[in-house]
Amino acid sequence: MDSPSAASAGYGEAHVARGSISAGEVIASIGPLLALLVAGAFFASRSDRFLTGQNLSLVVQQSIVIGVMSIGQTLIILTAGIDLSCGAVMALSQIVMTRLAVVNGVHPVPAILLGMAAAVGFGLLNGVLSTRFGLPPFIVTLGTLNIAFAMTIIYSRQQTITNVPSSMTWLGNTFKVGTTAITYGSVLMFVLYVLMWFVMRETAFGRHVYAVGDNPEAARLSGISTNQLLIFVYSLAGLFYGIAALQSVGRTGVGDPNAGQTDNLASITAVVLGGTSLFGGRGKIMGTLLGVLIVGVFRNGLQLIGVESVYQVLVTGILVILAVVVDQYARRKQA
Amino acid sequence: MSETAADRTPVLEARGLVKRYGNVTALDGADFALYPDEILAVIGDNGAGKSTLIKALSGALTPDEGEILLDGKPVKFHGPLDARRAGIETVYQDLALSPALDIAENIFLGRELRRRGPLGSVVRMLDKRRMREDAAQYMRDLKIGIRSMRQPVETLSGGQRQGVAVARSAAFARHVVIMDEPTAALGVRESGMVLDLIRQVRDRGLPVILISHNMPQVFSVADRVHIQRLGRRIAVVEPRSVAMADAVAIMTGAMEGVRVPLAH
Amino acid sequence: MSRGRPTGRRRAFGLAWRWSAVLLAVAMLAPALVGLAQPAAAQDEIIVGLITKTETNPFFVKMKEGAQKAADAAGVKLLTGAGAFDADNAGQTTALENMVTAGAKGILITPGDTKAIVPAIQKARAAGVLVIALDTPTEPMDATDALFATDNFKAGRLIGEYAKVAMGDKAPVIATIDGSTGVSVSVLRHNGFLAGFGPAEAGGATPVATDSQFVPDSRVVCSQDADGDQAKSQTAMENCLQKNGDINLVYTINEPAARGAYTALKAAGKEKDVLIVSIDGGCTGVQAVKDGEIAATAQQYPLKMAELGVDAVVKYAKTGEKPSGYTDTGVNLITDKPMQGIESKDTTFGLANCWG
Repeated sequence: MDSPSAASAGYGEAHVARGSISAGEVIASIGPLLALLVAGAFFASRSDRFLTGQNLSLVVQQSIVIGVMSIGQTLIILTAGIDLSCGAVMALSQIVMTRLAVVNGVHPVPAILLGMAAAVGFGLLNGVLSTRFGLPPFIVTLGTLNIAFAMTIIYSRQQTITNVPSSMTWLGNTFKVGTTAITYGSVLMFVLYVLMWFVMRETAFGRHVYAVGDNPEAARLSGISTNQLLIFVYSLAGLFYGIAALQSVGRTGVGDPNAGQTDNLASITAVVLGGTSLFGGRGKIMGTLLGVLIVGVFRNGLQLIGVESVYQVLVTGILVILAVVVDQYARRKQA
Repeated sequence: MSETAADRTPVLEARGLVKRYGNVTALDGADFALYPDEILAVIGDNGAGKSTLIKALSGALTPDEGEILLDGKPVKFHGPLDARRAGIETVYQDLALSPALDIAENIFLGRELRRRGPLGSVVRMLDKRRMREDAAQYMRDLKIGIRSMRQPVETLSGGQRQGVAVARSAAFARHVVIMDEPTAALGVRESGMVLDLIRQVRDRGLPVILISHNMPQVFSVADRVHIQRLGRRIAVVEPRSVAMADAVAIMTGAMEGVRVPLAH
Repeated sequence: MSRGRPTGRRRAFGLAWRWSAVLLAVAMLAPALVGLAQPAAAQDEIIVGLITKTETNPFFVKMKEGAQKAADAAGVKLLTGAGAFDADNAGQTTALENMVTAGAKGILITPGDTKAIVPAIQKARAAGVLVIALDTPTEPMDATDALFATDNFKAGRLIGEYAKVAMGDKAPVIATIDGSTGVSVSVLRHNGFLAGFGPAEAGGATPVATDSQFVPDSRVVCSQDADGDQAKSQTAMENCLQKNGDINLVYTINEPAARGAYTALKAAGKEKDVLIVSIDGGCTGVQAVKDGEIAATAQQYPLKMAELGVDAVVKYAKTGEKPSGYTDTGVNLITDKPMQGIESKDTTFGLANCWG
């Protein structure tokens, strides 16, 4: 009956306590950071303007819209879903905000809230369609992408909205740290990343997001209401798209009907570069931040050293493929 | 064991369960009884209603007729979570583990522990240290020798994963542990380890319902064997009194109406 | 089963680690090798920036070539950038900021979103950078230091005047295949064409350059926005023909649109009965005039815009003198079928001066 040696002998010998935190996770977290540092070092060596405070602040500023949007995309991809509508929803949200304020004279605060509500509404729609009706998120968000895009064009009458009240563009205002100007929007982006990093690591909700993406049946049998969780995740992502919309207004100072058209692919790129797996269940929020910054550093750095911008697109493509290959390789070596 | 059987209340009992799917009758007045301190194996050919019976007992479906009693009191399950809340834990055939999460997270999946005080109630922060310590204790209780609870489950072998799933059920079950084909995907050696685990669970006071196709394993570990056929329980035998071949014959209907010593 | 795995697995982890680090370093080096082909800017080298709407439109490709040639001749460094699609304001804003950081003394830009780019331009000018709009004015026009562009209204007027004489006594049934909705170039060319063609009745009003929308005209039976894209223009022309089979005069915003319209007309067997006029003067467009597909086109000179732009920045860098206002970079009517009283040049001239 009691055979401790037989039982533990089979179980215990295979693993050492600490060292076998999966090295796949190590690669996933070190890889993007390494890439960012190497890229930064390279550009710093080729141009003395790269490593200045002003330029680095600029790199961040150029990344804040995609940056905030990609938080939502990361959550969705962690559940093994995808959101192609993020850019279009963001565009609609900022048009709603600015048009209400400028053309209809609505006070900025409710205008902003209504714009965010529009974004959350689309997130909710995405969530409900992909759970209750069992439609694949790729198809659902492809549909809502087109709907949001059309609504943006119709509602804005294809006109850029200018003379936006300064309280709406507040996120674009700067404060000085030494001689460097930093925008409030940049700070907000970092704050949001840290907040979500905490939520994903330290709350049950965060762990459930991973579980649902990893093995939805197991999650369900463990008592997690997967449909509810997914609807919440998509809606929360919508909220982030609304915040990204406000970031966009802060950065450009206008309501731009043509905003965000390529942002869906850009956010997916950032998520993949950051080491998150498109199959769900694996990845880190902070990885996405690194992915966003990598793309921003490349764009800025290549411009500074005078390389044609089309090479930036080429390099991004190479990096994405590498990121996926490494992810697959690491996974195969684990199971 | 058998001499006092008639006086003991079954931990989990079912009487006259009926379940129909259109024209097909999966359960045709099935009975069931599980007593404390035993491993009860449930065997039956395909179509005997074995899995339907287990689903009714674990709350995955509701029978059309009949009643289920837990500790002598009638219960009605509207879903697997109801059964879980009543203290019946199930180890599913595919384990229902999340490979990317670590052992402690899997054990507490859906039942996570929060930190004490406002950090737990307001911020809803998890108490990871306590979960890891408790998980390690559950594994030690079953003498499973994996040392780090921070390992992702995907780095474990099949038998080790089975160990985690069993430890989870044993940790949270208050009345019954149901195991559905626990050794189906395992080799000989790891199967042996899992059978040892099952004995550990019983020895710690939780009766186990074991569903299995593997007769030698059933006969090596079970205290009693419930034989299901054509939607009903047609026999319950003790492995030490009945030959494996005879049990198989009863299961397939080759041996019909033969008086075998019934243990209950 | 468990015994052999730890060392094997740990070795594999190490391999994957090292392998991926190497690959990432290689990917990093790829742009480095590209960048190495270009020497780092000397300390007091003058830097000129050029930002176009897209990388791919041959109009902008020619503009870039012209700018590069002028930059090489003047011994200055040229930085280039573009949006990802035609109205990509975010992309152009980012390029603008980065060029200012890189130390550009002046930046030439063909703005995609003429209103939204203004704040970014103002920031650049506030930093002492000269900003000149090429080809398309910003809204308002004085948001940039200067504008070097074709007079788009005049370009439309030239082909309108030509079409009037070419049509003779025939009652015109006109279709217009225009550019992107609301874009100023589209409006100016369209209205210019109508102004040049003349009013419906004698003494009637004609459009002027300050009109901000298409001026309605009873002779125009079909008007479609097709983004200046060949495929979309073909569809637009097909739809127009469905609407009114008697169309005998087609105005197109540019030559790809004209090509699309011609394809649709040919498929309907009407290419001999319909007069097509266009604007741009790209080499393939002038060839189409020579081949008889397009009757006349108004040629513009992106190369000249780029050259003038680079020269203006160099002058500013050396003397501090800024250009101002609008400089007309010229437009010529190109046709092989000249009309009485209408000044034009033939396709030989056109092909010698074309772009693309």
